[in-house]
Amino acid sequence: MLANAPRLRLVGRRLVQFVPVIVLATFVVFGLLKLVPGDLAATLAGEYATEERIAQIRQDYGLNDPFLVQYGRWLWNAVQLDLSRSFQSNEPVLDQILHRFPTTMLLVAGALLISLAVGVPLGILAATNAGSRLDVAVTSLSSFGVALPNFWLAMILVATFSLSWGWFPATGAVRFSADPQGAIWHAVLPSIALAAGGIAEVVRQLRSALIEILSSQYVRTLYAKGLSPSAILWKHGLKNVAVTLLTVIGLLASRLLGGAVVIEAVFAIPGMGSMVVRAAIVKDFPVVQGVVFTMVILVIAINLVIDLLYTIVDPRVALK
Amino acid sequence: MSDAPLLDVRGLGISFLIGGGSVHATQDVSFAVQPGERVGIVGESGCGKTITGLSLLGLLPAATTRVVGQAMFEGENLVGLPLSRMRHVRGRKISMIFQEPMSALDPVFTIGQQIGETIRTHFKVDKKQARERAIEALASVGIPSPARVHDSYPHQLSGGMRQRAMIAIALVCEPRLLIADEPTTALDVTIQAQIIDLLLDLSARQGTALLFITHDLGVIAETCTRMITMYAGQVVEDAPVDSALVRPRHPYTSGLLRSLPRLSARGAMLPSIAGRVPTLRDMPTGCRFAERCAHRQEACAAPQAIEQEGAHQVRCWRQGELVLPGALTDREAAA
Ligand SMILES: Nc1ncnc2c1ncn2[C@@H]1O[C@H](COP(=O)(O)OP(=O)(O)OP(=O)(O)O)[C@@H](O)[C@H]1O
Ligand code: SF4
Ligand SMILES: [Mg+2]
Repeated sequence: MLANAPRLRLVGRRLVQFVPVIVLATFVVFGLLKLVPGDLAATLAGEYATEERIAQIRQDYGLNDPFLVQYGRWLWNAVQLDLSRSFQSNEPVLDQILHRFPTTMLLVAGALLISLAVGVPLGILAATNAGSRLDVAVTSLSSFGVALPNFWLAMILVATFSLSWGWFPATGAVRFSADPQGAIWHAVLPSIALAAGGIAEVVRQLRSALIEILSSQYVRTLYAKGLSPSAILWKHGLKNVAVTLLTVIGLLASRLLGGAVVIEAVFAIPGMGSMVVRAAIVKDFPVVQGVVFTMVILVIAINLVIDLLYTIVDPRVALK
Repeated sequence: MSDAPLLDVRGLGISFLIGGGSVHATQDVSFAVQPGERVGIVGESGCGKTITGLSLLGLLPAATTRVVGQAMFEGENLVGLPLSRMRHVRGRKISMIFQEPMSALDPVFTIGQQIGETIRTHFKVDKKQARERAIEALASVGIPSPARVHDSYPHQLSGGMRQRAMIAIALVCEPRLLIADEPTTALDVTIQAQIIDLLLDLSARQGTALLFITHDLGVIAETCTRMITMYAGQVVEDAPVDSALVRPRHPYTSGLLRSLPRLSARGAMLPSIAGRVPTLRDMPTGCRFAERCAHRQEACAAPQAIEQEGAHQVRCWRQGELVLPGALTDREAAA
């Protein structure tokens, strides 16, 4: 069902559309990094380097070439999955990213899961009891959740659940491949901190979409046909609201990826977020550029999956 | 009338709770529908036709609506009927179709699924039997390739086809009464006639009574046996169509009929007459039509009831005394 010809065409068309997005995003970041003040070669050479050494480095790293040539070279290599080497460690950037990728993914996936697992039932509950005290409570809680800074929540969580009660580790992470249970254990608090805003967003969007659906004319028809309220909610309500839910998931996934940067810093998690922060501080530009590239590809991949799911959930989405 | 009426509505009143207070949208609405009878309801926009239809099936928002009076149908009072009982009436004994066929169908389910679930709600049949019956129902409403439409989604059909599908859904369980709320208003003029003919044909064949809410006086003249005129939430006249058209007893009915160009053709839409309807909040205690009535007298300001006059029921202080003109005859129209 998934792999029919129109769907494959859709994937192909989307991929073509995404090429300019990738080029533009990486180009802008490349340009911004060039604007960072200071002589990169001098920084790379270290504190007491000679003029010749600095010149040598400039030559080695191709820093004398025009900007567009430098960018073109980077892009050409990136397309072949060579993200060049870190200025700092001289390791291939791709290896570093692949090493840290699972940790960040665990965090983001955990946060997404929590957002949906908590947000969807609460949203349905609020919508089916619209106007009641329960609805008011859920709605105000979620406005609070949206406004809550997640680093602050992170600190509260750590102070309570790890420092006072010792239920969860306060910082760090364990590689999933080495110790799955430990990895999940470490990811619980950071995922919750990251998910708070996501829960609130899911509740708000789901609630308003479901209220609109339940007061629609076609739901009135369903009642007029004699269907039970539960059939109307669980069969028709949910299938109609799935379209909204997909949109929310797409937005949320990108936003959680961004939020992971902050949360990884707070929890000292060695993921892609903390990697890009440190790289930016020490001007390790290939790493910054590599992480941005990966994130853009990731967001695009998520959107592609969402687009495909739309075609399953919503018959009105034309496949032509 | 020897038979007991199929539907007997007595003193039906609907009020809405709005912002702390409540407004009476309809008051003291009474009428009856005999088995297989076709009754038309006319009246200006906002006079309460749709909500009267909805209230019979308990489809008004429960939290903000209060319905009083009674509506006897097959020995049960539909007003206040518990949901468990009402569900067996809806779609099975009484069906309703609406003005907008696009928004009345669920966009993410196929037409077939939407007919099938109606059948399976009311009858113990398996999926395959339901499918066969659904395709039959689609064929019976004149859909050319019923099997294909069965597997189509609403957005893939034209407006006329969608309304045909709605009718198929409404009639698939062969209900005793069909409430059709302006079923053709949203459609092309050429399609309108086809849909109305279809409704008449099917209801006659199944013996389904028809409560026809419409702005089209021409259709009422041609197809209904009785015409109920509503004004500002009340029934002001209820009479056999032939007599109502020629010699209406209420000034509002007369006004409506006089302002039609001619009646012989369909598509004679409800015209607007001078003045405006009082709002729900400042309804006069006496005759609600008084502000617009050419025959008004001081006595008309007193509260009034609907009363029998021959075959007519009329809500007018001056009934029996006024002789009012009906629809223009063809000769008058030509002049
Ligand atoms: N849920 C509701 N809450 C409050 N007021 C309502 C509600 N539904 C309808 N009304 C009001 O009740 C009155 C009657 O509405 P109704 O839809 O029955 O009119 P109608 O005669 O069907 O008009 P039309 O010819 O335009 O369809 C209107 O004034 C409308 O604003
Ligand atoms: S009661 Fe009086 S004002 Fe009202 S319709 Fe009759 S004549 Fe006119
Ligand atoms: Mg209406």
